[in-house]
Amino acid sequence: MTFDEFSGEDLEPQPLPEQAAPRRVRIKTDLGPPPGIRLGTNGKSPTTGRDVVFDVRDLSISYGPKTAVANVSFKIYRNLITAIIGPSGCGKTTFIRSLNRMNDSVPGFGINGEILYHGHNVYGGGVDRVEVRRRIGMVFQKPNPFPKSIYDNVAWAPRNLGMRKGLDERVEKAIRQAALWDEVKDRLKSSALSLSGGQQQRLCIARALAANPEVLLLDEPCSALDPISTAKIEELIDELTDDYTIVIVTHNMQQAARVSEFTAFMYLGELVEFDSTSKMFTAPHDQRTQDYITGRFG
Amino acid sequence: MLYGLCVLAALLAVATIVEIAYQVFHGARPAIDKSGLGFLGHTTWKPNDGIFGAGTFLLGTVVSSAMALALAAPIGISIGLYLSLLAPKGLRGIVSPLVELLAAIPSVILGFWGILILAPWLNKHAEPALHKVLGFLPIFGPVPTTGASIFTAGLILTIMVVPIVASISRDLFLTVPSELQDGALALGATRWETVRGVVLPSTASGVAAACCLGLGRALGEAIAVAQVIGAGNQIHKSLFETGDTLASRVALQFPGALSKEHFAALFYLAAILLVIGLVTNLLAQWIGRRFDVQRAVAR
Amino acid sequence: MTDMTTETLFDPTAPLTASGNLRRRQLVSGLAESAATGAALLAITVLGIVIYAVIARGAAALSWDFLTKNPPAFGSGGGIAPAIVGTAVIVGLGTLIAAPVGILTALYLTEFARGRIGNLIRLTMDVLNGVPSIVIGVFVFGLLVRGHHQSGFAAAVALAIIMLPLVARSAQEVLLLVPGSLREAADALGVARWRSVLGVILPSAMGGILTGTVLAVARAAGETAPLLLVSSIYPNGVHTNPFSSGLANIPVYIFNASEQADPGGFTRAWGAALVLMAFILITSLGARALLARSRRKLTR
Repeated sequence: MTFDEFSGEDLEPQPLPEQAAPRRVRIKTDLGPPPGIRLGTNGKSPTTGRDVVFDVRDLSISYGPKTAVANVSFKIYRNLITAIIGPSGCGKTTFIRSLNRMNDSVPGFGINGEILYHGHNVYGGGVDRVEVRRRIGMVFQKPNPFPKSIYDNVAWAPRNLGMRKGLDERVEKAIRQAALWDEVKDRLKSSALSLSGGQQQRLCIARALAANPEVLLLDEPCSALDPISTAKIEELIDELTDDYTIVIVTHNMQQAARVSEFTAFMYLGELVEFDSTSKMFTAPHDQRTQDYITGRFG
Repeated sequence: MLYGLCVLAALLAVATIVEIAYQVFHGARPAIDKSGLGFLGHTTWKPNDGIFGAGTFLLGTVVSSAMALALAAPIGISIGLYLSLLAPKGLRGIVSPLVELLAAIPSVILGFWGILILAPWLNKHAEPALHKVLGFLPIFGPVPTTGASIFTAGLILTIMVVPIVASISRDLFLTVPSELQDGALALGATRWETVRGVVLPSTASGVAAACCLGLGRALGEAIAVAQVIGAGNQIHKSLFETGDTLASRVALQFPGALSKEHFAALFYLAAILLVIGLVTNLLAQWIGRRFDVQRAVAR
Repeated sequence: MTDMTTETLFDPTAPLTASGNLRRRQLVSGLAESAATGAALLAITVLGIVIYAVIARGAAALSWDFLTKNPPAFGSGGGIAPAIVGTAVIVGLGTLIAAPVGILTALYLTEFARGRIGNLIRLTMDVLNGVPSIVIGVFVFGLLVRGHHQSGFAAAVALAIIMLPLVARSAQEVLLLVPGSLREAADALGVARWRSVLGVILPSAMGGILTGTVLAVARAAGETAPLLLVSSIYPNGVHTNPFSSGLANIPVYIFNASEQADPGGFTRAWGAALVLMAFILITSLGARALLARSRRKLTR
């Protein structure tokens, strides 16, 4: 896969207030998608023939009396990258953590509405949240490798899951998928904590992949990383989209524009706009989206 | 002026520990000169005949404390896990201080309860049952007529060690970053797999130090053990028989010591105890040097 | 890297109920959780049983006479007044020794000490905390009783040694909570260190230090082993002079009762245990609550 860059485009359609600097955004346009799917403004739906992985319906989340997410509805499609952007405190992390029930143990957590995963309510009766999390993996803001060897980090989930056969191959494959193999293949037994921040984060991605998930949730995966590591991870995310459905939360709009096909913009707990990324960054419907992507706030 | 006072106070503390070691070894000197390290292995203790050996008490100390630790470590660690990871917040605020209260009950009261209530009950119910099921093991031999035994002492010590291990390990588990636990959960791990795979490994040395401190507490306990162990002079295979520990023997015979030799031998027992106490304590400090394990104890 | 060979062990559209080995894993996890909950329950049950036993049997002995009368030479009736008074004198005197030394040591550690000496003293305190109390009794016996006679003072010294590391430790923790900005403010005014310590740091930490001391008192009040060696022979009746002889005290009273087979003695001992336990549980619970409050105050 490639992504074209037309970095010269200035997206500033309106005069700016003086405190905001114009932002330049590079947009991922060519998806190399399966036949029948085109993004852009040619009138055809970009999602024709795509499976819906998540169907979020009227979702509201509260912590005690505080509402964190209000009436959010949209769909997340298979093998596409969906980005969720918005200023800090807009509920995007709460939202993404609710997709694999990572919020369950937060005190006061309450949920209304539905999150349908392949038609099954994630919060429905009889649902096992451990099963949910196995199928919907997650990588967090801060790299959080276990204080174990590199190998054991990746092998941990397969061992739990009873996938002991061909463990070495599975570990190698996951590390390769995370584009980390060449850097660590000679020191699989050394501590994961000896890796650099960027390597640690890729190890966390490898660790998640080894559990054989269908979806990968990335919660600001690059916010603790330097630009070079960030570029590596973005490249990696792009490659993973062949095999996985990816949802990425980011406060970095350029990142959303670079890696995603769809973007959801959240503000004050509400979903302001959801559209194909190219449309979102070139012709947003909502004034607030416009303001945000042009750097008026956030 | 204030600085001087502070230095003086700090030096006084250091001097105290040195002085303790000096006094105890000085008092033990005659016995050390007379029987040397052979004292440790000698199993006869007859003050009337002037024969003194610590072997029986050393063994009794090790056996009763080992039993206490074997029971208290898993129970204490489990309680630590419950308090740090499982209990709802409101319940934690109630259960936590209750567990610490268990440590606040004076050993003399625990021992008094032990000999008057626990020991007869064990003697009548628990010991026969254990003998029936596990009697093929010599340590669960035939049940004698009184409940005063190494077994009872081990259980009383367990009650004393559990809150120590529980409160230290609770504090340790609370230090495990929630990001690590989230990382494990997000990989589709169950709660137990998260504990076993992430929480316990990253606190293992601290937990070991907690057990070490608990062991030190058990090894050094004199009063409660003296009350329930039966002050036996013989070594028995069965835990249900009487025995004695170093600390208990000092507590029981010191007030009525018969002779200078007797005193010296008791001082010698105390010296062994001091060494054991220092070793376990320093070992705990060393194993748990990444953690501040003393914190929960001092509270 | 577009290999599409990612195996699908799991059907992505299957319901989200437990699949594969998850049912077994959840069972194991559930069992482990029940075991942990059971362990906590067990500890509380034992606490309840012990407290209940002491209250149920001790209450029978408790009366005004019990608190104010002397024990009889033999038989039932009478009270434990000498032991109550003796314990108060010994613990009070021990606190008077341990509190200043402990607090000054803590001040030294937090305000003055640096590097190796600080670590040495910290280690000394931790080691002192690990010395079995019976050994402290033997030490004080060798130091003060041998060649002289038993005394309440010797008992107080023994308790002081037991309390010292506890007082120092808790005081140190409270002092460390005093915001550095307070120290800097005092330093910026050009005030000598000892003045800022006395005038600013100590007063703001005093509440916490005192409650920490009370906790140490609660711990020391029940200590029996050292008292058995240095204050177990005492005259009949209520005495308060700690230097002339050993003083009667509750822990030794209970211990002695447990070594004899006198039912009248047992009843009084249960009563004594109730008095001691009530004192210890109430002070330590109260102090804990206060300590938590003063910590919150300082950290806010």
